[in-house]
Amino acid sequence: MSSSSQAPESWISAFCSLVGHEYFAEVSEDFIEDDFNLTGLQSQVPMYKEALEMILDVEPEDASDEDEEEEEDEDEDEDDMQQDGTDGPGRGYRRATDAAAAAAERRHLRMASDLSVIESSAEMLYGLIHQRFITSRPGIQQMAEKYELGHFGHCPRVYCHSAKVLPVGCSDIPGQETVKLFCPSCLDVYSPPNSRFQTVDGAFFGSTFGCLFFMTFPELDIGGQMPEPSTAAQNSTNAAATKDSRSSLSSSLTSGQTQIPPPPIAGTVANAQLPTQPESINGVTPKNLAPGLGQGSIYEPRIYGFRVAEIAKTGPRMKWLRSRPADVNELDECRIWEQNQEATRGSAGITDGAADLGDSEMADENAEVDEGEVEDEEMHVNGAAPPSGGTQDENAAPVKEVTSRRRPSRRRGHDVLHNGENGGTALSVGGAG
Amino acid sequence: MDDFASDTDSDYTSYWRDWFISSRGNEYFCEIDEDYLTDRFNLTGLNTEVQYYQYALDLVTDVFDMEVDDDMREQIEKSARHLYGLVHARYVVTTRGLAKMMEKYKQGVFGKCPRVICESQHLLPMGQHDVANMSNVKLYCAKCEDIYNPKSSRHNTIDGAYFGSSFHNILFQVYPTLMPPKTQRRYEPRIYGFRVHASAALMRWQEERREAMKDRLRQRGIETGFEDEDEVEEEVESEEEEGEEAEDGIDDMFEGQMPAAAHVQ
Ligand SMILES: [Zn+2]
Ligand SMILES: [Zn+2]
Repeated sequence: MSSSSQAPESWISAFCSLVGHEYFAEVSEDFIEDDFNLTGLQSQVPMYKEALEMILDVEPEDASDEDEEEEEDEDEDEDDMQQDGTDGPGRGYRRATDAAAAAAERRHLRMASDLSVIESSAEMLYGLIHQRFITSRPGIQQMAEKYELGHFGHCPRVYCHSAKVLPVGCSDIPGQETVKLFCPSCLDVYSPPNSRFQTVDGAFFGSTFGCLFFMTFPELDIGGQMPEPSTAAQNSTNAAATKDSRSSLSSSLTSGQTQIPPPPIAGTVANAQLPTQPESINGVTPKNLAPGLGQGSIYEPRIYGFRVAEIAKTGPRMKWLRSRPADVNELDECRIWEQNQEATRGSAGITDGAADLGDSEMADENAEVDEGEVEDEEMHVNGAAPPSGGTQDENAAPVKEVTSRRRPSRRRGHDVLHNGENGGTALSVGGAG
Repeated sequence: MDDFASDTDSDYTSYWRDWFISSRGNEYFCEIDEDYLTDRFNLTGLNTEVQYYQYALDLVTDVFDMEVDDDMREQIEKSARHLYGLVHARYVVTTRGLAKMMEKYKQGVFGKCPRVICESQHLLPMGQHDVANMSNVKLYCAKCEDIYNPKSSRHNTIDGAYFGSSFHNILFQVYPTLMPPKTQRRYEPRIYGFRVHASAALMRWQEERREAMKDRLRQRGIETGFEDEDEVEEEVESEEEEGEEAEDGIDDMFEGQMPAAAHVQ
């Protein structure tokens, strides 16, 4: 691939067409030839100059064949125009993709080991340039085309419904991690399904690209192919009930419970009475804020149709990771904080402020923000007052609220029960409760 | 009854089942014991689910010896595979079935979680439905508690009902020590090193839910199951201690000044 003796293909397009290099964009020569874009790379790559020449398919300046230069240049330019149309004038290099005999000779003279060092340096250099290129306007545009065509594949997560993913790095420093795939629908990263990508350095895509991409193209529909609202989950569970008695294990695990119909999936009703959703939440359209998360997109472990309770020893512990508020207003931290400030400024006895916070979780969050921001005195007042409005299901545990309030950590949540999590008759299997 | 405890069941030959489970694409299936298959009780209700039920059963148990044309043969083959799958869903929740699947799980036969943070956690096959022809087999990760599509297209055509919606959960009930510790670590989308507001706010919201859950569990004296829980606790505690120290420090300062002031006086 480095030898240009028969292939008119440029080093860059050859590199990008290698097996395992399908994620790479073809960095334009314009971009590489702008020294500004290469700032700082010289010290990161051994044999930098030679590597750069290899990427650009140029031969090093050599006094002996100065004469031929002009001629070759012309041929060259034609070739380039055909390939990518990005030829720029005034370069300091002499091109040689038409494989002048002299060049081939020189190559043969060059030590084989040298070549392999240069070759790997060129790959490294290309990768580092690539990391910068795909965050530039033409680069991100090229990646958008690949994204639209599904070149990077789809999220393996079932509830993401084949949302398209984007190659990213978890580090910007080469040699640390291989390339990963970022799913905008669940905001998580996955290993590429094919092992051929396990040799591709993640730094060649970088840690910024993924987010920048979706901020650059906010109008992209990132949700994957959402299925028709499914009632399938409920249907499925009924059939299971017929076979339990046969299984030696199930009888001990679910004895006496098998005839109870599965509880309805909690919260499906709640969606109907959502407050108006904003056009944009924290700079993102709600529709494009992790559409693969939240109610209906969280796996619910069940045994013979019965949900495994949180309090079971092997009960679910990771639902939070795939959660998302149905009402995105809950994520408007500034507004919540301000509202809360107003509420505290009015005396603790007046519940007007809390009245518009119909949602119990929101009220909780308000209280929580208090912990971090409000001084001791106010906190006590706040804590001693009945929990602000709308805490229908939290009323059971006022004591806990007050005690947990003393904890300084912002993240100490104290909303005791969520409808979606503990409501209904979840079956406690082998549970400690 | 004979003891067929050995995984290989080498005491007798099972041509059809041997062929079936060693076929490419059928790696997720374990071999159903002969005695399980021949106990009619275990097959209750399947005769209405499977065409040519008796022929299919004969084929699966290697006693089918009728001369039939190729079309019919193909029909019966198809029915036999379907029957095997349906019985499989029942078998894998028996003690023996669980043990076999547990071995395969340990060997990583079902693949590894694609989620980077799960660090190649082994997966288990599962169905979202217990009724056939509803959805294909999925893979369950016990670390992130989520379900994924199999990587390979040859596994994407297997009916999820052949594993069922309970098996993978029962397996961890029966072998709780196999349950991997959960992790709180996660991917944080960043731009030039800075977290992005929209996703960061969502993650804070999620983490509040997580902490609330942990509080609920602690209140009931139940392990939270997070790997780094102890460390995190220490961190929080040390933060708290630091806070207290800072306060103490201020107190000390005042206390220190008192005698000094007294001295001046
Ligand atoms: Zn996803
Ligand atoms: Zn996982």
